[in-house]
Amino acid sequence: MISLLGRAAILVALAACSVGAVAGLYGGWKGSAEAARWSRIMAWAFFGAVTVATGLMEYALLTHDFSVHYVSQVGSLDSPVWVSIVSLWSSLEGSILFWAFILGVYAAGQAWWTRDRFPAHSSWAMGMTLVIGVFFTFLVAGIANPFGLVDPAPANGPGPNPLLQNHILMVVHPPTLYLGYVGMTVPFAMGAAALLAGNINPAWSRALRNAMMVPWGFLTAGILLGGWWSYDVLGWGGYWAWDPVENASLLPWLTATAFLHSAMLMERKEQLKGWTLTLLMGSFLLTILGTFMTRSGVFNSVHSFTQSEIGPIFLGFLAVGLVFTVVLLAARIDKLAPPTEGLAGPVTRDVAFLAQNLVFTAITFTVLLGTVWPLLNEAISGERISVGEPYFNQWAVPLGFLLVFLMGVGPALPWGRPSASAMVTRAGLPALFTVLVVGLLLALDIRAPWPLAVFGASAFALWVTIGEMLAPGLARWRSTGGSLPIALWQASLKARRRQAGYIVHLGVILVAVGIAASSGWRHVHELTMIKNETTSVGRYTLTFLGSEAVQESHRTASVARFHVSAGSNELGTLEPRMNNYPRMGSPLPAPAVYSGPREDLYLSLVQVDPRTDLVSLQAVIQPMVWWIWFGGAVMAFGTVLAAWPARKGRPA
Amino acid sequence: MTPSTQRRIFLAVSLLVAGSALTVIAGGGIGENLVYFWTPAELHQNSDKAVGATIRLGGVVQANSVDWKMEEQHLSFTVGEAAVDEATPVRVTARGAPPQMFREGIGVVVEGTMLDEGVFQADKVMVKHSNEYRAPTEGTDPQTLYATVEEL
Repeated sequence: MISLLGRAAILVALAACSVGAVAGLYGGWKGSAEAARWSRIMAWAFFGAVTVATGLMEYALLTHDFSVHYVSQVGSLDSPVWVSIVSLWSSLEGSILFWAFILGVYAAGQAWWTRDRFPAHSSWAMGMTLVIGVFFTFLVAGIANPFGLVDPAPANGPGPNPLLQNHILMVVHPPTLYLGYVGMTVPFAMGAAALLAGNINPAWSRALRNAMMVPWGFLTAGILLGGWWSYDVLGWGGYWAWDPVENASLLPWLTATAFLHSAMLMERKEQLKGWTLTLLMGSFLLTILGTFMTRSGVFNSVHSFTQSEIGPIFLGFLAVGLVFTVVLLAARIDKLAPPTEGLAGPVTRDVAFLAQNLVFTAITFTVLLGTVWPLLNEAISGERISVGEPYFNQWAVPLGFLLVFLMGVGPALPWGRPSASAMVTRAGLPALFTVLVVGLLLALDIRAPWPLAVFGASAFALWVTIGEMLAPGLARWRSTGGSLPIALWQASLKARRRQAGYIVHLGVILVAVGIAASSGWRHVHELTMIKNETTSVGRYTLTFLGSEAVQESHRTASVARFHVSAGSNELGTLEPRMNNYPRMGSPLPAPAVYSGPREDLYLSLVQVDPRTDLVSLQAVIQPMVWWIWFGGAVMAFGTVLAAWPARKGRPA
Repeated sequence: MTPSTQRRIFLAVSLLVAGSALTVIAGGGIGENLVYFWTPAELHQNSDKAVGATIRLGGVVQANSVDWKMEEQHLSFTVGEAAVDEATPVRVTARGAPPQMFREGIGVVVEGTMLDEGVFQADKVMVKHSNEYRAPTEGTDPQTLYATVEEL
């Protein structure tokens, strides 16, 4: 029954999407408001139909209806409710359905947002979004159909991939990443609309930037949550390994971040239009490349648990998208109005923006090269290799440092031509602060050159950022008098997007410091302990209290208990475990972490057997990992603040 | 040639130059940081470039070869192409305890490098799960699948 209903809903969605795509493109071409209206109605219909289909699939998963093909693959009577819910995105067919659903949400959002605005572009953009919708709904209707009927229905199923059941973050991380990935469709469609319509005005530039802010925020959160998941689940004590799947999510983030900055130049001075649109459309294409890499199983990595014939189709879609983008850019770039003014001079904020863009492009390029190199190598020579972490680090570390440096220097530079004395007043105090911080660190005997460089650049950026955030309020207070906090608050309200951008920068600084510190001073201790033995690791004292076997509905586990203290400070009990899933041949360690702003103590079991009194484990001590997650939260807060819609009639 | 064409040619050429320069530089960096996926026999064939290179060696732990010194946290064993490999065994040393499920006759993947004295120094020892989780393929009858799962 659900098979039938689900399939019907998908076919309705496909029909709505196709009609809406044609109507939207026609409306853009002929300037027909009536056709544009129809494309918006169809976007709503698409949203409704995919929502029904996704709801039906969730219902089937929760009621364990094994007559539905997808449920028979990933469902299990033994799964807890939360595992049943997240099973929707645990395997290929379900995740493509989920993808279509999120695209439906974005399409409806776009239809609502552009319903009475941007007459020159909105119809083209709606049409383009729905064209991409047609592709994904077509996959769900055909090759990745999750609603197939299984007859006779089995009595039980195997449950989803154990790696995905091992941690509660699996509820949050994939949807966040999907919201980022899929959301890139909307700015891509809007960029294509600008080229198709042959003009781009400041209002559309601003709309493009706002449309990118939403998926960018989700992608940022998704990448950091992925790092957190890797840290908390995979048990090797790190958060980033330059795994192809991680790189796949990083690549569009890099170009999207570059876009958000060059779009400011486009919005402000109508400069760099072609370049900005290239970054924008490239970001979307990189999400498709990423989906291809993660979903086709071309890489033998943790994530490529689904192997299917979907790979070539995605590659074909990527090729079509690439050709479309290149042709459209080449054909229409001349139509975009020329810049109103040139770059202001060699030492200006414009140039800092440009440099930032180049650095982002260079990182994107090197990461992309390292990611696809093994594929090319195997295709040509047949030799299986992978590109090691040192390659990525050798590029990402200096380029990342440059980004933090530019994040401080850029806002310190004026938009116009600076005078020498102005430069001294703007950069003098932050430079002094930087010297103080670096001097203090040197006095503390911190000598590692790259972390030290990142700390110095972070100190400079921190001072400049906070100074920039306070500047409007201080100016207001000086001219009008009254209370300083109220002046600061009112000035901030007036420049919400600007302040929000600086809050995101503060978050980036925290993340950068966390990464530099935790990768610079990482200590791994290998331990084997007998019951009731006490040993010291770093400044901690560990006592092994024993281990026991635990039976849970969907797995068995061996749990080891350690009492932890630091000096006279009791920190409590840590319980790292080794989980055994029926479908997985070998056990999965689940680490236990004592996390704090100063440092993390991370315990991961290597070998445990409750029948003996022995346990072997790795204890990893890393400083300031906590700041990466905290900085991520700050970035998310800033992004929400920036993307929050302005009240009507009051442009943000 | 109009100024705008000139500008475009200039842009295209500079992009090309920058792109190829970056490819050459980055490509060189890749060559020095490759991780090779080898079996013990392939390791013997490539013994000229094995010392110092990062290698992921996959093989089978040989019978009666495991030596685990708990006090020193020192593990050593021999891997071969198959359960019994007289021709191309490789002696491996590692720090830390053997991972759960590690035993003689099991498939392992070790990552590390070859030392001058002909011993493989491993930074990581992973048990190769022959029955790693796989999503069921098209056409697998779920009933039989579940039956096989229950046997585990």
